[in-house]
Amino acid sequence: MSIINIETMEETSQVVAQPVDKEKIKKIWKVAAILAIVTLIEFVIAFTLDPSGAKAFLFIALTIVKAFYIVAEFMHLGHERRSLIMSILLPITFIIFLIFILWYQGSAIFDLLYP
Amino acid sequence: MSNTAIVIEEGAETMWSGGTAPMKASYGKLMMWFFLLSDAFSFSALLIAYGLIRFSHPAYDGALEDFIFSQSYWPVPEMVFEAVPFLHGVHLPLVFVGIMTFILILSSVTMVLAVEAGHRMDRKGVEKWMLWTIVGGFTFLGCQAWEWSHFIHGTDEGGRLLDGSIFFGANLSMNQYGPSNFAALFFFITGFHGFHVFSGVMLNFAIFYQTVTGKLERVGHYEMVEKVGLYWHFVDLVWVFVFTFFYLI
Repeated sequence: MSIINIETMEETSQVVAQPVDKEKIKKIWKVAAILAIVTLIEFVIAFTLDPSGAKAFLFIALTIVKAFYIVAEFMHLGHERRSLIMSILLPITFIIFLIFILWYQGSAIFDLLYP
Repeated sequence: MSNTAIVIEEGAETMWSGGTAPMKASYGKLMMWFFLLSDAFSFSALLIAYGLIRFSHPAYDGALEDFIFSQSYWPVPEMVFEAVPFLHGVHLPLVFVGIMTFILILSSVTMVLAVEAGHRMDRKGVEKWMLWTIVGGFTFLGCQAWEWSHFIHGTDEGGRLLDGSIFFGANLSMNQYGPSNFAALFFFITGFHGFHVFSGVMLNFAIFYQTVTGKLERVGHYEMVEKVGLYWHFVDLVWVFVFTFFYLI
């Protein structure tokens, strides 16, 4: 809050920082730890499993876990109004649609080039 | 008479002109969300196009130990991205890109801490954490510059092109690692992301400057920190996806 003196139009800062909420800070670092651990798990998988569809699926699942924590906690979307959450999440379904269409197209092009 | 004063109320800025805040979000924050949604479409299109082009090329199906660069199949990413600064010739797959990922995640954490300090009107806290976020952003950009430089100049052995000649490094029309589209997609996707990081650092610096000069304190709230924070987290989010789809899979 700032206070303006009408006579002199001088502004004096009377801002006092509120005390730190330890719980909040702890929660931020907890999310950071989850992101770091999931990334480490991805590294372990990258060098222990042989390439396969299951490996790719695992990577994508872990990526979505990370994306969830970044969007819900860091970007605070998880604590917004439900209408705001939905207006961001629902349009994302178009992306899933595009993935399936171009996946199909990619294998069709492959079949044409390497019959 | 010197006691006359106007007290500027907090929170009035978050109201829209109709006197209410739709979805309980300020105008600026909501518009940032919708911009990020459109940006998510751009990055998805790029990554899905990568998938389309990759799956229209043959995959390498031999043992990983025998892998050599060839124009006839898509390269295995961990065999391409295996260099680390100061460790020339040592095979360290994905180590450097892993370090870059941690740097970006950490700078995202410092950004959350800056937003949290802003909620408490803690100017010193905002200054400190914004500065760490800027440092993290520049470190990431430096790492990316090194990675690009290594990718462009190539390895000691180089790779054989279709006409039988040996080529070192990469440009937009040919590269030693595999099909020409591989390098083109690398430049486009990591370049587009790197440009986002760069503009994010510039925005962060602008807000850091406004914090240091006391402008945001005079305005009465630190919502601008939250808005550039959203953008910065989005840049981190995109990197999480680029890391998976370009480097891991």
